[in-house]
Amino acid sequence: MRFKVILFLMAVLILLSGAGSFVLAGNLDRFAGAKGTLRIAGGTAHIPVMKEAAKRIMNINPNIRISIAGGGSGVGIKQAGEGLVNIGNSGRKATKDEIARYKLVVFKFAIDGIAVVVNPENPVKSLTKDQLENAFSGKLSRWYVLGWEDRGINVYTRDASSGTREVFWKKGLNKGEIAPKANFVKSHGAMKTSVSVDPFGIGYISIGYLDDTVASVSIDGISPTLKNVREENYEIARGLYMNTRGEPAGLAKLFIDYILSREGQEIVKEKGFIAIN
Amino acid sequence: MNNFLEKCAEKGFLVSILISVFLSLGILSFLVFFSLPLIRGGHFLRMMKSGWDPYGGNFGVLPMMVGTGVIASLALFIAAPIGLGCSALISVLAKGNVGGFIRKAVEFMTGIPTVVYGFVAIFLLVPLIREIFNKGTGMCVLSASIVLAVLILPTIVMFLTDAFNSVPGHYLDASAALGATPVQQLIFIIIPFSWRGIVSGLVLSAGRAVGDTLISLMIAGNALQIPRELSDASRTLTAHIALIIAGDCESPEFKSIFLCGLILFVFTACMVLILRLLGSFGIPEDR
Repeated sequence: MRFKVILFLMAVLILLSGAGSFVLAGNLDRFAGAKGTLRIAGGTAHIPVMKEAAKRIMNINPNIRISIAGGGSGVGIKQAGEGLVNIGNSGRKATKDEIARYKLVVFKFAIDGIAVVVNPENPVKSLTKDQLENAFSGKLSRWYVLGWEDRGINVYTRDASSGTREVFWKKGLNKGEIAPKANFVKSHGAMKTSVSVDPFGIGYISIGYLDDTVASVSIDGISPTLKNVREENYEIARGLYMNTRGEPAGLAKLFIDYILSREGQEIVKEKGFIAIN
Repeated sequence: MNNFLEKCAEKGFLVSILISVFLSLGILSFLVFFSLPLIRGGHFLRMMKSGWDPYGGNFGVLPMMVGTGVIASLALFIAAPIGLGCSALISVLAKGNVGGFIRKAVEFMTGIPTVVYGFVAIFLLVPLIREIFNKGTGMCVLSASIVLAVLILPTIVMFLTDAFNSVPGHYLDASAALGATPVQQLIFIIIPFSWRGIVSGLVLSAGRAVGDTLISLMIAGNALQIPRELSDASRTLTAHIALIIAGDCESPEFKSIFLCGLILFVFTACMVLILRLLGSFGIPEDR
């Protein structure tokens, strides 16, 4: 029995290593011969891109282990600064204070829009900037004002560590108040789940996370599409950053170079963000 | 030789007792030390009174204190009667294999991770609560309390059944000889005799309800308001710490969570003390 299990595992390993060598190397060549562990944490908007890149790298070189955690932009900056992770992601630019305190080096690798989302059942598909601000501040508290059922508007927002929240608050709400009754969720995934199961919810997520479980809302008639963000018609946008403490070296440098390479930027596009190179 | 072993065991146990005592004292002094600047600066009272508004310079944790209190006590309120009923069934009233089966089911419940409860509740309980109240998000005080009640139920049942089973058999025989029915035995003999066990079970589960982070983080909605209705979203101290700890560690928000930890510590300590006091009214077990 045990022998069979071992045989099976060996077969899997052989298959995996075989599959790895079939992948076209190209930009991945740089990882040949490298080994070790790379720890990445922080912004949750970044995770799809990071995961795909990590998958490709680990496929071609099984000696490299890459771990990817969320936590939010605040966590990314803090953990990179304290040396707990090699690369800390953030969905906002690190503040001058943070850069100075941790001696951070910042790499912008993509541009991302932040879309206001509602449940797909919700017929309200467009808001003015004023309506948006009022909905989040609680001044506009019922959906019937916007032409739907007489139910309360359930506002979802992100926790203090979120770069998405920071950017949305500045560019989407003009630093307006967010009502104290707003529900706090801890990641992009949690935000999407909350809004997709709550017909009367409203929240905001990175456009890379948009799919048909939630419906995006256009602001002042401009919908949050990649095209509108690229042409700067849609205002609620931000860069996605990787941060390291001091100049990156070793695996971290290889990884950052890869993300900024042609293939890395292809992944960025594939995952619904805007490439910068 | 035997004597020597005895000595060793004694010393060993003493060391482990000292470690656990000093660990709790250490945690307490750590929390006090880091919250001292806030307490000294006169922010303490303001923090106890005001709400949480980092942009306005207010770092009050009153809404979270109320949230913790309400959610934990409601959970205990829901779980205690159910737990009492389950344990009565298991150890006294059930006929045949029913009691054993319930006990096995409850034991199985202890192994389910909290995150599974939270996850299931988001998809099943939260929409239900939202439709019943016809307002709010469904992520509210009531939802969180119900899930927490399910979470602490096994603890209560385990303690209660053990306490019920440890009632001396001759008391039961004597009461049966006087013609007491099983229900009468339960009410007049078993419950008074196992009062201390009941209280320990409640103490532990109350501690668990106050200390649990994940359920309230996922289900209670984390809103920064003082809950006024069962359908209001609310944030507990534990969820607050979890939400803030990810932020900038130089910020005043971050510093304020040490005080949250301290409040949580004192909160649990008071709860244990009160319930222990209640326990001392019972009939001593060693008679």
